[in-house]
Amino acid sequence: MSAPAPAIEEASEQFESIEQQRAAAELGMWVFLATELMFFAPLFLGYSYGRWALGASFAAASGHTDVVIGTANTAILLTSSLFMALALRAAQLGQQRATRALLLITAALGMTFLALKGLEYYDEWREHLVPWLDFRFEPRYVHGAALFYFLYFGMTGLHAVHLTIGIGIACVFALRLRWYAAKRLSRQIEIGALYWHFVDGIWVFLYPILYLVERHG
Amino acid sequence: MSATAADEVRPDKVLHEESYLREGFTLRSWLLTRDHKRIALLYMISVTGFFFLGGSAAALMRLELLTPQGDVVDAETYNKLFTAHGVIMVWFFLIPSIPATLGNFLIPLMIGAREVAFPRLNLASWYIYTLGGLFVVATLIAGGVDTGWTFYTPFSTLFSNTHVILAAAGVFVVGFSSILTGLNFIVTVHRLRTPGLTWFRLPLFVWANYATSIILVLATPVLAMTLSLIVFERITHIGIFDPALGGDPLLFQHLFWFYSHPAVYIMVLPAMGVASEIIPCFARRPVYGYRMMAYAIFGIALIGFLVWGHHMFVSGQSAYASIAFSLLSFIVAIPSAIKVFNWTATLYKGSITLPAPMLYTLGFVGLFTVGGLTGLFLAATALDVHLTDTYFVVAHFHYIMVGGTVMAYLGGLHFWWPKIVGRMYPENWGRIAAVTIFIGFNLTFFPQYLLGAWGMPRRYHEYAPEYQLLNVFSSCGAAILTLGYLLPLFYLVWAMLRGPRAPANPWGATGLEWQTPSPPPKENFSHTPRVVRGPYVYHPNGPAEPQA
Repeated sequence: MSAPAPAIEEASEQFESIEQQRAAAELGMWVFLATELMFFAPLFLGYSYGRWALGASFAAASGHTDVVIGTANTAILLTSSLFMALALRAAQLGQQRATRALLLITAALGMTFLALKGLEYYDEWREHLVPWLDFRFEPRYVHGAALFYFLYFGMTGLHAVHLTIGIGIACVFALRLRWYAAKRLSRQIEIGALYWHFVDGIWVFLYPILYLVERHG
Repeated sequence: MSATAADEVRPDKVLHEESYLREGFTLRSWLLTRDHKRIALLYMISVTGFFFLGGSAAALMRLELLTPQGDVVDAETYNKLFTAHGVIMVWFFLIPSIPATLGNFLIPLMIGAREVAFPRLNLASWYIYTLGGLFVVATLIAGGVDTGWTFYTPFSTLFSNTHVILAAAGVFVVGFSSILTGLNFIVTVHRLRTPGLTWFRLPLFVWANYATSIILVLATPVLAMTLSLIVFERITHIGIFDPALGGDPLLFQHLFWFYSHPAVYIMVLPAMGVASEIIPCFARRPVYGYRMMAYAIFGIALIGFLVWGHHMFVSGQSAYASIAFSLLSFIVAIPSAIKVFNWTATLYKGSITLPAPMLYTLGFVGLFTVGGLTGLFLAATALDVHLTDTYFVVAHFHYIMVGGTVMAYLGGLHFWWPKIVGRMYPENWGRIAAVTIFIGFNLTFFPQYLLGAWGMPRRYHEYAPEYQLLNVFSSCGAAILTLGYLLPLFYLVWAMLRGPRAPANPWGATGLEWQTPSPPPKENFSHTPRVVRGPYVYHPNGPAEPQA
């Protein structure tokens, strides 16, 4: 399927050395993540506006989210980040099989998250909480709640797309470990891991603002 | 991935007899190239196409405005014309113009690198640009869009019956090409500088494009998400901009201008970079206050992020917000003024010559100054109430974007044309075109300041008869301007095919790009240059000292 990889990793032609190439790739990912953050930003700003202008509706709407699944998913995603960090460490230490297993666990946790999220979406659809599909809510909160769920589906949907890409990346690395030494892939895994942690980090902010609004008492 | 790339570079090849233009003559060798110089040319062809497409929309508008009655086009068509003109000129010409063409070509050369950091991404960004362009062409063929380039809600989400989704999709897509170009430049400048090239030895053109890249990377995604929200709101009738549902149209304006005001600096910072290369070269003087120039670039980029609210003085934002944005808008004028003073001080006691690039650049400095100073009128809250949505605003931003950016872009094209194609352009034609454009531009847009101050609103195809005389001036100016823009199209292409051969350094300039043959070999330099001094070591009566 592929030619045997050269024993020594060579830098692409534009780089003087492999170290320079690594540094470039890493900085490239950081810059990309800055872009990603700004891509999410208008949704967060829109949420802040809604929470401020339509606070009671947002609180009421948040009460209808599935806090059990939301919390479970938060735990699952944080754990996946732990396994991603362990996978990177294993790759740096050259532990071929451990790297592969840890990457697959990471991806599996990501898929569990998506499955639970899908279940949650299905329930919300049955409860008429999808704003553009026969939305029903307490009349005095209906506008604000529609806005809340608009943002809810927008933000979690966009997050899910990112997570899907992350799972794809983890699986591709797991596959490539068949042909490449873990140590050689470790720099690419590191860059993939940065992305994974970013997706995780976005969720850490989404969880409280979507699930935990005035849930006390 | 690195194996095939490495095979193409043979260290034993005699590099300096080769040029990147001779690396392959097939269409495939261009469309699949990863050479930053060829990608720059691909961009150059695309943006030129869009420039003339957007320009023809403007020509039709000026034709309509010759008389007070609506006789050439109806109101609906006129709305579509100014929208097409704005969308095409802003996103498909001005924003990519200098960074994606001159920047792509020159940044690796100026920092002594063989390539940009991510060559494949660079090619991808051109394809993404092209895809976005196809969306816009499709919008025009389908019948156009009438919201204005600003896509203001709720008109764009609830009321407009034109192809808003298609147009927004085009702008969304082209945004990612900007982001990838910006990302590439940031990493390239950080990681690929040749030995000895410290930050404060970088040419100001590199500084300017670096700052521009930061804006591209941080501001563009906000626009992308905002446009997605518009599209979503149009389809589902639910969204955060819809006042009927408790949303807020002002939120859209905040988000839009959070991108679109920094976008003005995306357009003008690279132009400042071009001017900072050309003026020292033809004044034979080091640029005055080099460090201050670099800091000013960053001052503009940073403060430029904090002034967006000056587009909303009459939109109903709080008076306190308006005061803060007004103050910040005055402050952003300071670094801009520093740059103008420093260019002027660079000329002082210099041995000034006036070939075409210098004429374009001096035109840029003058017109940018006028545009910038009239911007202060608009930043004053009380005066802005009178001037909002009048031709004064139109004149102001055309002085910055056309008088500023387009002049500098053309100046840069002439200055680096020998390097890009390896042949000289005809000097007299270059000067004639520069003067024609300068006259045509002022005749077109200066009357618009007066029209605006006297109260003529923008975006109408009819107007009161007392405004006609100045409108006739403006339309005549547009005709001269059209001629001025067509001239370089012909003589620069002619020069590419038939012009006399250019030496490596026809202007006696100092930058690294002049120390490699014209046109450069595919690998840019036969051996890695080592930089030993700052960029602008010119002496009024002697030869320049090269950087390396």
